[in-house]
Amino acid sequence: MTGRSITVRTYAWVLLALLLLTAATLLLSFVPLGMFHMPVALLIAAAKTVLILLYFMHVIEQRYTIRVVLLVAVLLLGSLIVLTVADTATRDVPFHPPAPE
Amino acid sequence: MPTTHHVAHFEDLAKQGHAARLGMWLFLGSEALLFSGLFTLYAAYRNEYTSDFAAGAQLTNLPLGTIMTAVLLVSSFFMAFALATARQERSRVSIAALATTFLLGIVFLGLKATEYTMHFRDGIFPGAYYTGPLGERHGVVLFFTLYYIMTGLHALHVIGGLVLVGWLARRTRRGDFGEAWSTPLELGGLYWHFVDIIWLFLWPLFYLLR
Repeated sequence: MTGRSITVRTYAWVLLALLLLTAATLLLSFVPLGMFHMPVALLIAAAKTVLILLYFMHVIEQRYTIRVVLLVAVLLLGSLIVLTVADTATRDVPFHPPAPE
Repeated sequence: MPTTHHVAHFEDLAKQGHAARLGMWLFLGSEALLFSGLFTLYAAYRNEYTSDFAAGAQLTNLPLGTIMTAVLLVSSFFMAFALATARQERSRVSIAALATTFLLGIVFLGLKATEYTMHFRDGIFPGAYYTGPLGERHGVVLFFTLYYIMTGLHALHVIGGLVLVGWLARRTRRGDFGEAWSTPLELGGLYWHFVDIIWLFLWPLFYLLR
């Protein structure tokens, strides 16, 4: 058991930040950002994820081993998604995945 | 009382708690992999059917999706609150917080069911059963097939989380958790927050896409 430094007041601030970020995402979705629409929305979602991980899930006060698990997961999942996107987005010939008839 | 939770093959309760926590994080890592497979599939199909996916996203209910996001975020706050108060030996407050979390989970599922019902009425079904608008466009049908798989799998996780929260509330009422020991409550909380995080990504992919 590590330190229990996170107070309820901190939780309340984190919730407020999460709700504000949600509102910001919603408002930004009406701004014509073109191709940057999805990256911006996902970036804000990632920021919210970090807040939840650090405070609600107590990563900020955990031992190093938990962070290793988290880091490995992020690296593996990141390469899975990034490499697949890089492949499918840059093919000269569309790959036409199977679609329902 | 807390010493009864300590099993012999761990040196002390702290080491036991740490092992349990590490196990939970590994489990969440594999859960993340399960969802990431689907996120990857979504990304690949979206690259191929960009405009169809944007058209499909216009057919989902943005106000409902946004409310669901807020509901889950608030429920996560109450889950964290429940653990903090249990550790301060304020078990009545903790039970109230768990009950609120449970209630918000029900609200989330209710909104999701409402949305599914609205889609069904419009003929929006997964795969070959799609009879809704823009059905002649393959990408739109694919979009909604992924929509049902991903939000459905997520909803199943919420149902699992509700069972967990109910069980934790019962144990809190029994006086199991306190300053010295609260591992199940902590791990149950981790699961609930994880399910919340998954929704944070489903929301932009299925509701905010333009």
